[in-house]
Amino acid sequence: MSMTALKTESSPPVPAASAPILTLSPKRPPRMEVLAKRGREAAARIVPPLIVVALLLVVWELLCRRAGATLPPPSRVIRETKDLILDPFFDNGGIDKGLFWHISASLKRVALGYSLAVVVGVALGTLVGQSIWAMRGLDPLFQVLRTIPPLAWLPLALAAFRDGQPSAIFVIFITSIWPIIINTAVGIRNIPQDYRNVAAVLQLNPLEFFAKVMIPSAAPYIFTGLRIGIGLSWLAIVAAEMLIGGVGIGFFIWDAWNSSHISEIILALVYVGIIGFVLDRLIALLASVVTRGTATN
Amino acid sequence: MHAYLKLDHLDKSFTRGQATTEVLTDINLAVAQGEYVSIIGHSGCGKSTMLNIVAGLTPATRGGVLLEDREVNAPGPDRAVVFQNHSLLPWLTVYENVRLGVDKVFRSTKSRAERDAWVMHNLNLVQMAHARDKRPAEISGGMKQRVGIARALAMEPKVLLLDEPFGALDALTRAHLQDSVMALHQKLNNTVLMITHDVDEAVLLSDRIVMMTNGPSARIGEVLDVPLPHPRKRLELATNPIYLKCRQRVLEFLYERHRFVEAA
Ligand SMILES: Nc1ncnc2c1ncn2[C@@H]1O[C@H](COP(=O)(O)OP(=O)(O)O)[C@@H](O)[C@H]1O
Ligand SMILES: [Mg+2]
Repeated sequence: MSMTALKTESSPPVPAASAPILTLSPKRPPRMEVLAKRGREAAARIVPPLIVVALLLVVWELLCRRAGATLPPPSRVIRETKDLILDPFFDNGGIDKGLFWHISASLKRVALGYSLAVVVGVALGTLVGQSIWAMRGLDPLFQVLRTIPPLAWLPLALAAFRDGQPSAIFVIFITSIWPIIINTAVGIRNIPQDYRNVAAVLQLNPLEFFAKVMIPSAAPYIFTGLRIGIGLSWLAIVAAEMLIGGVGIGFFIWDAWNSSHISEIILALVYVGIIGFVLDRLIALLASVVTRGTATN
Repeated sequence: MHAYLKLDHLDKSFTRGQATTEVLTDINLAVAQGEYVSIIGHSGCGKSTMLNIVAGLTPATRGGVLLEDREVNAPGPDRAVVFQNHSLLPWLTVYENVRLGVDKVFRSTKSRAERDAWVMHNLNLVQMAHARDKRPAEISGGMKQRVGIARALAMEPKVLLLDEPFGALDALTRAHLQDSVMALHQKLNNTVLMITHDVDEAVLLSDRIVMMTNGPSARIGEVLDVPLPHPRKRLELATNPIYLKCRQRVLEFLYERHRFVEAA
């Protein structure tokens, strides 16, 4: 009360007559200026990487232009892959498809394996984070299993499923689940005692506690796990698809290598990189939307 | 006096590995319905432990807590707690934080509309209705504490437990909030158990002041009646002889007879 009184007293009187014109101008700078400022900020972020990329392309061009170079220069890559770039949607049956189909096949596998890993990983992470006995029993197992390289699982999966498709999905699942489990468990273990006390006083049942306290409280940790997980999934799918064949960006690369289409390999790598980046950003965006308010306590 | 809330021969010790520390010894206290009782003592003597035992959050080693002659040993909304650091859930809005408790307690006795009205009623009591859609991170410490109080009050607890509710606030905000709590107690006449380490706060708000000796093995050293009529006015009390005498008694207890000895 007294605070507001003080404030109004100390603020200087505003001349009434000139107020409508004068007060508006400093608050809202002209449109052009705002746009220019935004433009400058955007440019400051976009221009440096563009310069670096341009420089790298020039160096690459110079290096690979010489006779006897084993890799094609960027100019040849673009010339040779123009059709693939311009028409990603063709489908001549079999594996002779546009890049869109290969990438979407890979993304579907990742989506399936990763979704499974999210559900199972969060559930197991919650169990391990919540129960001291589950932790003692499972944690050593997890610590050993998570060091196994993704592709080492593939033969075993092929033996079990006798089919490439579920095997690839399993490899994605088993690759991305560990960081999800471990980060979820850490998040659950770090729920402040205060929140547990609140839940106890309110007599929340386990399900309510899970949904209303555990998950939101552990969300920042869980999303860290989810982000690492999606990155690993995308790493693993390309390798797995090289081995299982069929439609998919990994097999596309392998096929291009077998037909000595080096330019196509390079184009595919660019796509793989960009999509991996977009997936990571998507999870980060989801995290910032979901944990709004939690990060700043 | 009929005891509404009774702490009966409470002992509490914590065991960590081989070491056992006796924190509370033989705590006996009877609180009447509608009474405002403060617990004062030096830091670390076991006040929070005692409150947590009453709340059911910590089990007593020996003895028990009786509420309306029934033993309570698990937490529940009949003993709502206002924690020192507000403990609002940061991902919920002010409204949702209060609503969470209301939905639990009145699930079967109030309709949706009634529960909504009840949440707003309690937010109004603490003058926080204007911030209903804000998140805890967006409001000040004093406001958070108000919402914490609203959340506790909205559960219509039999006993309201306050653990240094104003401890983290600046002096002005604290005085303001103390006045609000006094007004609320006058209006609702709840039974309150409040921990504090502020002598003026204890005398200003309480009907009785429970003074704890220093730990380990802290016990109740003295219980002081504050025979001042309600409603009390902060400014008028400053020169009131009863107020001054009570204040003197507590100060003597804390700073002469049970001076806080700094650990080496
Ligand atoms: N969970 C616990 N385990 C072991 N010791 C504890 C625990 N909680 C509190 N204590 C000890 O009990 C004593 C009293 O603590 P507390 O009740 O928080 O004091 P106060 O609230 O009066 O400052 C302290 O010495 C503290 O170290
Ligand atoms: Mg304390």
